[in-house]
Amino acid sequence: MSETTITTKLYAQGGDTAFPKIVLPEIPDLAKIEVYESNGGYGALKKAVGMQPDAVTDEVKKSGLRGRGGAAFPTGLKWTFMPKQTEKTKYLAINADESEPGSFKDRQILEFNPHQLIEGIVIASYAMGIKTAYVYIRGEYYKWTQILQKALDEAYSRGYVGENILGTGFSANIYMHRGAGAYICGEESGLMESIEGKRGYPRVKPPFPAQNGLWGNPTTINNVETIANVPAILWNGAEWFSKIGAQKHPGTLLFGVSGHVNTPGVFELPSGTLLTDIIYKYAGGVIDGKQIKMVIPGGSSMPPLRGDQLEGVRMDAESLKAVGSAVGTGGVIVMDEDTDLVKVLLRVTKFYWHESCGQCTPCREGTGWMRKILQRMSDGNGKVEDLDLLLRVANNIEGNTICALGDAAAWPVKFTIQRFRKELEEEVLQQARNAA
Amino acid sequence: MFTEENLRRVEEIKKRYPKPMAALLPVLWVAQEQFGWISEDVMRYIADLLGVPFNHVLGVVTFYTMYNRKPVGKYHIQVCANVSCMLRGSDNLIEHLENRLGVKVGETTSDKLFTLSEVECLGSCGTAPMMQVNNDYYDNLTSEKIDNLLEEFKKQANH
Repeated sequence: MSETTITTKLYAQGGDTAFPKIVLPEIPDLAKIEVYESNGGYGALKKAVGMQPDAVTDEVKKSGLRGRGGAAFPTGLKWTFMPKQTEKTKYLAINADESEPGSFKDRQILEFNPHQLIEGIVIASYAMGIKTAYVYIRGEYYKWTQILQKALDEAYSRGYVGENILGTGFSANIYMHRGAGAYICGEESGLMESIEGKRGYPRVKPPFPAQNGLWGNPTTINNVETIANVPAILWNGAEWFSKIGAQKHPGTLLFGVSGHVNTPGVFELPSGTLLTDIIYKYAGGVIDGKQIKMVIPGGSSMPPLRGDQLEGVRMDAESLKAVGSAVGTGGVIVMDEDTDLVKVLLRVTKFYWHESCGQCTPCREGTGWMRKILQRMSDGNGKVEDLDLLLRVANNIEGNTICALGDAAAWPVKFTIQRFRKELEEEVLQQARNAA
Repeated sequence: MFTEENLRRVEEIKKRYPKPMAALLPVLWVAQEQFGWISEDVMRYIADLLGVPFNHVLGVVTFYTMYNRKPVGKYHIQVCANVSCMLRGSDNLIEHLENRLGVKVGETTSDKLFTLSEVECLGSCGTAPMMQVNNDYYDNLTSEKIDNLLEEFKKQANH
């Protein structure tokens, strides 16, 4: 990252606006409240509570901020879905269930910048008139649960969370809710079921969470990275944010790069950064200088790209859509020329089979069938026609389930076969020869 | 069954939610901390404590993978086997651990020191291959690193 000037100030104020670090500023010990405060932290909250709640939502809406949890839905718009005149208690749920294979970016915020997340939660609560927020954190993130809880305790003790925040009369509580090992709880309605103390079975939508969420009350669910952007937007204004990166998907994105690269890690870069820059400039290129066979650009459920078609691909929602994929969680998985694609597909499919909640038959049974077919291909007992069989099963899952896990299971299979048909046929034949 | 301290924690947890059922996941965590695993007796106890049906508790415990339904070793080794770790050689590490510990995935060593599990993505893909032992993450693993860690754990256990 030496080639770029790094903006080290909180909320990315001043410095180089070409490469702002909005959610992961490089300030040592920022997780400590005194460091966060001495860098101007909680200043955005002070500014926000001096505004009308609707004006806060408007600012977020105008900024163009889109959700960082996978769907890239406009955040401000989501907030406006919450009813204003209601007798019901409103809730905010923060999705820190980060479980999409290849995604490890929200963990960085929890570890290095927890106060900006807390500040964002309080601002969001103020904007929507919410008095109770839950942070749903995956059970495996024990260490990060401790870190965030400590930060939360500090924020409570200094009056940024709790009763009568900053003397404004506005009160909001934040509670941690630890999951216990279930990918499906990252799906927003599965997450709400899990907070309610149930199995994480996704709900049929509509009704949507803003009408019928936690305990039947209006609820908004936002991702960690999304909310961590909010203080910087309030501090610098919507216009500032809207000019960073890709126009239709502005801001920075956290790209988590893993697989066959020399220096894997999480890189905060403007949206619309070239995928090849992320791989070669930031992640140090491919190990042993090999060619790339396949890249999954946004976590394991997103359609993969061919290694020979990466030139010019930009990492934002619209650009990736144009090349038949999606930005997802920004989890970039790089696979070199020697990668066994059947093995990869088998591993990915095994995951979705294991994590399917079992409510919908196409997903529950289909993922199992795809796994069996891929297993026999991997064992050398496969036939080239099995690829068509896999496509048939995948097509029967896609669009036929309550939640998006079905699509997430179908897409890797469907698009890998569509885009790597020749390679897969050769692999199947080769594995059959090896077995013989 | 819960210690007095844990009963106090349960009361604190219940205050966070409008309905007692919502306390179920956190209370199960308290139970696993105290007992090491969740037996049927513990499930019945928690069902009474929170006023929810036993079958609901059973349904929840069996849905989530992290609640142990049988005792596990002092060190619960959970190796990530998902794509990013697989690309960096997690298959070999699991095989190595099976050989070193003399157990298969899902089993516990006869001295009750180690349980070996294969798990799904733990969100540490940039430092693959990796594993979780009890609450801690161990990153950028090699066979040698694993051998050293096992020695370390054995030493700790003898103290």
